[in-house]
Amino acid sequence: MSSVADKPAWSVLWLALPTLMPLTVVLGSWLHPQPEVWAHLNEFVLPAVLKNTLLMALGVAAIVSVLGVGLAWLTSVCEFPGRRWFAWSLVLPLALPAYVLASVMVGLFDYSGPLQTLLRSVLGPLSLPPTRSMGGAIVVFGLVLYPYVYLLARQAFLTQGKRSLEAAQTLGMPRWLAFFRVALPMSRPWWAAGITLALMEMLADFGTVAIFNVDTFTTAIYKAWLALFNLPVASQLASLLALAVLLLVWFEQRAIAQRQYAANAVDARLERLQLSGVARWLACAACAAVLLFAFVIPLLQLMVWAYAVVRHDWDDRYWQFIGHSLMLSSLSALIVVAVGLWLAYAQRQHPDLITRLLVRTSTLGYALPGILLSVGLFIPVAWLDQQLHPLWQSWGVDPAPVLKGTLLVMLLAISARFMAVGFEPMQAEMQRITLSQQQAAHSLGLNRWGVLHKLYLPLLRSGWLGASLLVFVEVMKEMPITLMTRPFGWDTLAVRVYEMSAEGMWDRAALPSLCIVLVGLLPVLLLVRQSER
Amino acid sequence: MQSDLMQIDLMQTDLMQSDLMQTDLMQRDSMPNQRLPALELNDLTLSYPGTRGPQVVLSGVSLSLNQGEIACLLGPSGCGKTTALRAIAGFHPLQSGSIRLLQQEVGRAGYQLAPEHRNMGMVFQDYALFPHLSVADNIGFGLYRRSKREREQRVAQMLELVGLRELAQSAPHQLSGGQQQRVALARALAPQPALLLMDEPFSNLDVTLRERLALEVRGLLKQTGTTAVIVTHDQLEAFAVADRVAVLAEGRLQQWGTPMQLYHRPQNRFVARFIGEGMMLQGEMSADGKISTELGVFKPESLPEGLNHGDVVDLLVRPDDIQHDDASPLQARVLAKAFRGAQFLYTLALPSGQQLLSLVPSHHDHAIGEAIGIRLELDHQVCFAA
Repeated sequence: MSSVADKPAWSVLWLALPTLMPLTVVLGSWLHPQPEVWAHLNEFVLPAVLKNTLLMALGVAAIVSVLGVGLAWLTSVCEFPGRRWFAWSLVLPLALPAYVLASVMVGLFDYSGPLQTLLRSVLGPLSLPPTRSMGGAIVVFGLVLYPYVYLLARQAFLTQGKRSLEAAQTLGMPRWLAFFRVALPMSRPWWAAGITLALMEMLADFGTVAIFNVDTFTTAIYKAWLALFNLPVASQLASLLALAVLLLVWFEQRAIAQRQYAANAVDARLERLQLSGVARWLACAACAAVLLFAFVIPLLQLMVWAYAVVRHDWDDRYWQFIGHSLMLSSLSALIVVAVGLWLAYAQRQHPDLITRLLVRTSTLGYALPGILLSVGLFIPVAWLDQQLHPLWQSWGVDPAPVLKGTLLVMLLAISARFMAVGFEPMQAEMQRITLSQQQAAHSLGLNRWGVLHKLYLPLLRSGWLGASLLVFVEVMKEMPITLMTRPFGWDTLAVRVYEMSAEGMWDRAALPSLCIVLVGLLPVLLLVRQSER
Repeated sequence: MQSDLMQIDLMQTDLMQSDLMQTDLMQRDSMPNQRLPALELNDLTLSYPGTRGPQVVLSGVSLSLNQGEIACLLGPSGCGKTTALRAIAGFHPLQSGSIRLLQQEVGRAGYQLAPEHRNMGMVFQDYALFPHLSVADNIGFGLYRRSKREREQRVAQMLELVGLRELAQSAPHQLSGGQQQRVALARALAPQPALLLMDEPFSNLDVTLRERLALEVRGLLKQTGTTAVIVTHDQLEAFAVADRVAVLAEGRLQQWGTPMQLYHRPQNRFVARFIGEGMMLQGEMSADGKISTELGVFKPESLPEGLNHGDVVDLLVRPDDIQHDDASPLQARVLAKAFRGAQFLYTLALPSGQQLLSLVPSHHDHAIGEAIGIRLELDHQVCFAA
């Protein structure tokens, strides 16, 4: 065994390629600086993009931290009517992709939407702030992404117990002040990681900013590639995006590393703070309001619109959208789970630094925006197509390029993007199998394949079932990669949502949106069931 | 770990300023009672909400602690001692009775002064140090209303007191268990509380360290003149640290007294069994109030009420009451023996079959089954109705 463990698992290098390659390609674009490209970017693109991204990041960070930390505090430490119910239902907005909430919001609140029309008919001409603006985008991101902070902060507050707060109280500090001086700083490693996750999602988003007409990195890359067909510009922009994202990854990893010191002994009997008269109803109202705006109203609106258009809109094309979505999701789930299992197994057999670094790299995709992965994978695959051109011709396949027209780039990019989603649950399950169990199997005469087949696969069942469900749903919601790398005419539900929203037909976007949301509820309910103890 | 222990050893000598400790230990049993009561519990009854009405954990506890004294709440686990401490701190409501701090009522049924307004310090069982703050900031936490200069001065003073000056900027997780405990103590003492509460302060520490640290803590509290209530389940700890001990069991206060009183004058069978070792020797009341036993006739200073001539009583005999004496005509057979280093603890059987314990210097090594001479030297005669 020791001879195997000493060597890094080089097989993992191949599995890390789908993330390693796009990162190298994109960051490598700095090696060929193109002054005229930069002059153009500097003048027309970067100022607005940088300003928008920064402002949006600040706004989203503010909203998700206030909502996430505040609601987590209420539902984990305080007691008020409906607390148990809110504790899990506040996770539900995770089921809504940001672009779906965006299309509902714009449809509802825009100039021609029902709300403003009603107001005008009652009050006469109005001048309200425009819905399709950065402010709108910030609100949508805040409402959709706060559960990341909520879930992590809640975990922190539940494990902290009340002991530290009591200690502060015996030192003469009132409870509200102790929240800011003790509970908040102590839980920072959790909620800080939650905020970075939310910001990663925001940077990766394409659909929402497209709907709200906000120029960001993703829309700029999209335009450079698909409108201007300028790949160098696209990859230069993507490299800046990559830097921003890697910075966030660094922040996140640092926060996670700090957790081991901040964790306190779990207080077995956590007595909650009983909120008094008015405060308990205010708490209840705050939770209800967030849930209403982030989930209930959008879902109801989707249903109303979908019901209105379903008779005219539903035709054979829909079966195609659904078929494509299902096919893409299942294929990706299969790939991700198989690769994820191999990564977890390899890391266990070869716990050396190189293997761990490679595994970390191959699961980095959760932070990398789909657009970046698409650009970074499209360039080398196109190059490969070029090299293989004579071969294709000799086989009589014309017109070349061939690879570009298949699902290859899309599947590679999607697997890279969601590898962590599949890997983490299996890694967690695998830690429950002890090394001596494995050694016992070897001593009973099983070889490596036998151990994998007879020991790991059956014991990891709940791990890979959960992982494949999560990946399936994530891919269902995925928009930018599919949009940019699908073969011509190969549309999915998410693509349909984009196309309808792009033309301002919010009611017609509702039908595919509703399908996605309903599928998306599955893993959220699973998550809720796990967290309810 | 090894170096940690040694470090504590070295600091120990500083803190235990021998004169202070010795005079203090001598004073303990002749407590001057002219000081004002710092803490008074009057008929305290505590309960937890249960599915079928409140579950009473402690009822009718009354005691009074003078300023500068150290009290221990001692009892087996589940006796309600931690709940009592939390009620004193203001974290647990009272079902009836009252708590007074410096003659001021801080709690009664339906009223709890908030913990932050009680001016009490508390050292938690797990210390509850704030992991995001340095040692110095932890100690200065309760001084958040004072000016920066004042705070720094006080923190420096406290660091000096607990001997952790060079660790001021360390994070709590870098400290050993004993050091963390001292930080927790310094943090609680920094705002000069009227009363210090400690919940099982030594239970997280290495067994070999406990008794020493208990003495160290006592030294610190006496040095600062702090009134304190300490919860523990370990009687040696309680004896090492406390001026007065409250023995709690079965939801009631069994006895409230000095360690010596608990050991030599237990008020009931529970205290007699719970504190120290010992066996009950059967005797019979005679008409003149004397008790005749297999080992002789005794005249207890006080007797349980309602005893009549001819009644059977139990006399408490501690292992140190039985002296080994080869010349003695009284013979007992060795049933079992436990080597304790300096001494053997023998379990002896009298001719009648009654068993006794005896502590004998360990150079008297007798085999099991051997008969040895014993003599009873009973300074404190305590008996209970059988």
